[in-house]
Amino acid sequence: MEKRVFGPEGKGGVRRAIVLPWSKSLEISFKSLRVRFFRSMITVSSLVLAVSFLSFVLSSLNVAEGVLASGGADAAKRLLDAGYDVQVDAGTVAMTPKERWIVFLSMLVCAVGIVNAQLMSVTERFREIGVMKCLGALDAMVLRLFLLEAAMQGLAGSLAGALLGALFASLTGWIRFGWDALAFMPASGFALSVAISVGGGLMLSLAGVLYPAVVAARMRPINAIRAEH
Amino acid sequence: MNTDRHAIVRVIGVRKTFTMGKVEVEALKGVDLEIFAGEYISIMGPSGSGKSTLFNMIGGLDKPSDGKVFIDEVDISQLDAYELAWLRNRKIGYIFQTFNLIPVMTALENVTLPMTFAGMNEDEARDKGMELLELVGLAKRHHHKPLELSGGQQQRVAIARSLANDPAIILADEPTGNLDLTTGEEAIELLRSLSQDRGVTIISATHDYKMLNVSDRVVWIRDGMVDRVEKREELDISVGGIGETAGAEA
Ligand SMILES: Nc1ncnc2c1ncn2[C@@H]1O[C@H](COP(=O)(O)OP(=O)(O)OP(=O)(O)O)[C@@H](O)[C@H]1O
Ligand SMILES: [Mg+2]
Repeated sequence: MEKRVFGPEGKGGVRRAIVLPWSKSLEISFKSLRVRFFRSMITVSSLVLAVSFLSFVLSSLNVAEGVLASGGADAAKRLLDAGYDVQVDAGTVAMTPKERWIVFLSMLVCAVGIVNAQLMSVTERFREIGVMKCLGALDAMVLRLFLLEAAMQGLAGSLAGALLGALFASLTGWIRFGWDALAFMPASGFALSVAISVGGGLMLSLAGVLYPAVVAARMRPINAIRAEH
Repeated sequence: MNTDRHAIVRVIGVRKTFTMGKVEVEALKGVDLEIFAGEYISIMGPSGSGKSTLFNMIGGLDKPSDGKVFIDEVDISQLDAYELAWLRNRKIGYIFQTFNLIPVMTALENVTLPMTFAGMNEDEARDKGMELLELVGLAKRHHHKPLELSGGQQQRVAIARSLANDPAIILADEPTGNLDLTTGEEAIELLRSLSQDRGVTIISATHDYKMLNVSDRVVWIRDGMVDRVEKREELDISVGGIGETAGAEA
């Protein structure tokens, strides 16, 4: 009794059947995050901060629109005095160029932070990735695992950040302009602000992991296996 | 050993040169080797002689600088990424000297991972994983992470993992290197029974003279070249005292 590799048909017998079902990918990614909870938290925390800032700025505008809707011309003056960029006729309030610039910068800093943290995570898991590849994992699977992890981190971090920012904006609005500001605030606009923040954070998280994930996927297993010698 | 046996591994003129900065190290200097299906081969040689390098070439983990490796008469340098992954996943079981278990996964998860890649469904994989852990005597520890297991136990998990998809070839780089006498003997016995009962080809790099007793042939490597190849019969004479128990085994 002898075992053959390719069987009598030779190489033709090779079925292209290396798989990793989505459910299993999700499970592995999730466990991987849970095991490295502390490290994940650090990666996520910068995202939470950046997203909550974005969300704060956006929903503050909604609050200001609420003020505008509740108080008319008098309110417009108060807002202008407070430094808002008010379009009285349209009843909308826009970001000032300075705010736009700060939001952009904070997102940029956050993206760099994510790339950095994810690169470290790849380095940390060099051996693990190499072993997976020795066991037959394809590049695409490694890529997928990293993207899934980033998506989960992104979603959790962005949700937390967006809600935090919106809550904080509402709170300051209430203290500064009174209850009317919130009562007259356009609900759909507010929801949109939160949604934009969540979406933006998710995109940021995925963009940040792209390069590290490609590095991980392209890694040759031999280097990882040798690493300890 | 009749000559018409099927050569499952054929290594032809394999050289491997590593370049580190300006220094070139020639780890393999033209190795020719033929391994037959179902054989138990031990690769012996001093540290740095190129055993692991050869091992990686045969396992498709690294590419030779020159020469060819054929597995079942298929030149593995011609395989594409999918075929290579398939080969690693289904047909070759690796046992590394440093175990290389995935630290964040339990023993069972480590063993079933290759099965998952092979598309086996979860229940089947769990059953088979438990069966394999039973085989290496670790069924009770299946939910432990590698760091909660002793070196010998980790090595046994690694052996169970190498068997996940019923490979045709098991490549073991110093499988007993980190084991004590008893567990080392158990691991050797396990490999021997695999080769005998299941017809698995075992290729094992080793420093361990206990291995010689169970090997069909021993390939002595020195300085990146095959020094000599001995069959077990010849070995009893040449190794003499060390091969004492060989008589009982044979
Ligand atoms: N990736 C590498 N880069 C540079 N040199 C290497 C590399 N891999 C191996 N070598 C060199 O090739 C030679 C053979 O190494 P190899 O690991 O194959 O030895 P070995 O026989 O397995 O030794 P040991 O018994 O200690 O494991 C050594 O001189 C080593 O320094
Ligand atoms: Mg070695």
